[in-house]
Amino acid sequence: MKNVLILGATSDMAQAFAKKFAAEGWSLTLAAMEMDLLVPIASDLKIRADAELQIREFDATKYDTHQALYDSLETKPDAVIAVFGYMGDQIEARTVFAEVKRTIDINFTGMASILGIIANDFEKRGSGTIVAVSSVAGDRGRQSNYIYGSAKAGLTAYLSGLRNRLAKKGVHVMTVKPGFCNTKMTENMDLPAALTASPEQVADAVYKGVQKGSNTIYVLWMWRFIMLVIRHIPECVFKKMGL
Amino acid sequence: MRKISDWGNYPVIEADVAGFDSVDELRKKLQRPGNVIAFGNGRSYGDASLQEKILLTRRFRKFLSFDSATGTLCCQAGTLLSEILEVFGPRGWFLPVTPGTKQITIGGAIGADVHGKNHHVDGSFGQHILTMDVMRTDGSVVTCSPTENADFYKVTIGGMGLTGIILNATFRLKKIETAYIREETVRAANLEEIMDGFEASSNWTYSVAWIDCLAKGDSMGRSIMMRGEHATEAELVDAKQKAAPLVPKRGLSMGVPINFPNFALNPLTMKAFNFAYYNKCRPGTHRHIVDYNSFFYPLDAIDDWNRIYGKRGFTQYQFVIPLEAGREGMRKVLTRITESGLGSFLAVLKLFGEQESFMSFPMAGYTLALDFPISHKAMELFKELDAMVADYGGRLYLAKDSRMDAAMFEKTYPNASEFKQIVSMLNEGETRFASLQSKRIGITD
Repeated sequence: MKNVLILGATSDMAQAFAKKFAAEGWSLTLAAMEMDLLVPIASDLKIRADAELQIREFDATKYDTHQALYDSLETKPDAVIAVFGYMGDQIEARTVFAEVKRTIDINFTGMASILGIIANDFEKRGSGTIVAVSSVAGDRGRQSNYIYGSAKAGLTAYLSGLRNRLAKKGVHVMTVKPGFCNTKMTENMDLPAALTASPEQVADAVYKGVQKGSNTIYVLWMWRFIMLVIRHIPECVFKKMGL
Repeated sequence: MRKISDWGNYPVIEADVAGFDSVDELRKKLQRPGNVIAFGNGRSYGDASLQEKILLTRRFRKFLSFDSATGTLCCQAGTLLSEILEVFGPRGWFLPVTPGTKQITIGGAIGADVHGKNHHVDGSFGQHILTMDVMRTDGSVVTCSPTENADFYKVTIGGMGLTGIILNATFRLKKIETAYIREETVRAANLEEIMDGFEASSNWTYSVAWIDCLAKGDSMGRSIMMRGEHATEAELVDAKQKAAPLVPKRGLSMGVPINFPNFALNPLTMKAFNFAYYNKCRPGTHRHIVDYNSFFYPLDAIDDWNRIYGKRGFTQYQFVIPLEAGREGMRKVLTRITESGLGSFLAVLKLFGEQESFMSFPMAGYTLALDFPISHKAMELFKELDAMVADYGGRLYLAKDSRMDAAMFEKTYPNASEFKQIVSMLNEGETRFASLQSKRIGITD
């Protein structure tokens, strides 16, 4: 039985991933910061899918615990999906540096820390899949969310480099850019339905990508096109826009 | 702020909506003063789950425990009936009571105390709740059951979310051998015939009738009765069904056309639909084996069927008339509806069994449910119908209602004033559970 390690397992997307992989016959290792949320999620998965699973506490910003966490896993994963992230408050971040730091610490440094540890193990083993959820926000900095966006841009670059390094070693690295997704983060927003994926759609796309060995996936095809356009708007025009 | 409405798309309001993942998070959200109401999957028809502040329960949908020996399930209240069926159907378990859609939450099923085609045998959904946890406005959690905090339990069932937010509930699923229903369909030429049919079908677990509310004169009330039992494995004949008896596949069904959305809804097309639907079923009794989705949830096969009514929205007028007044009362109300020509094709008739509960809709008698696009004419008609229903000692279903007035509610729900007092006592803090409906019908101010 294959095992998937899900980092940040309490988010909507992560829960959809867990359901999908359990349904496909994988065993699960779920790691998250909030154990009071993780415990019912685990009981649900056990009842729902008769899933074989273990849970672990994981804090993205406690970098010095990451190695010990990974070492403690009796079953080393065949695939890891890093879903954790922090949107932050872009307005607050203009004046409160702690908010900027937290956004970068979780979205970039935390990812680089834990994925670095896993990458070394997978490289040694010569197999494995590393999936990380980045964002279309990292494709171009926009005034409305450039702190989050720049941390995600860093992550996207990190993953592209990691893929370049590990492709020759039999390790698959996949970048996921979901676009709008119906999650808790967005439940109080009117999102355009045609551009908004459900967590289940993201999970299906990720599972397919893992099977196919995709490099970068946008869940809904429109987003690839939209971001292509946004990336190619000349800077002299872009800087005057209110995006 | 977000635009939000229930299933009838009437009314549509702007509300501040938020979900919650944990009991602690909900408690924090309840600390904000003001009126708030729980919102499940938006399948009540009117404004029962609308308010300026809305707490979405759909995130709170985990299975907490399941005993495979007894079928006892405990789940969080945002779980949908469909999610339960998806997981437990293939293991040989079915819902004790289900309404005509499986797209509703457990919390909603308890709050509206929903009923199904087996009401005359198994009662309403609330009667199957062994125990539940409910959060009150002050953040305290009350565990209640028929024996523990029994009064609170009694007012929460059918209490339309006004006593607290249901966190989780425990109830027993029903053992089934197959995912199929042994169905009989019987055509009835008029109202007399269908009522005879119901009274002769009391030993069937499930019974319901589709009724043509446009047919007039001698054929007024012409209907097709559908009655059913869970099929045993031995009763299956189709090889595919026998191979996987618990996996529902479309069997021989009456075939509800799934291209409704392309219909323009006008009296002519609706008459044509009703004519075709009625005549598709030949006179006499017909037996089929159908999967449970076709039997219980024909409309769930059409995503967003509420959109066929367009932006104006629609409402479902569902009333019950006590058995004593049933024949005469139903004839009078139905005559008024057919005269108006305003009803549409979705009309359902059912004979309820006895029910003793505090605030629930069902009572021994006939219930009729009928969709109407929102219009001034329809609103005028409803007022006339209200008067008739009240005169016969009947009432309207709160889960479907978006327009009844306070006088009608008070007249027809025997515990209305006591319930009002209880709700105001429970709501004594800064945070209050109240919906647009509860304000409209005078339960909250």
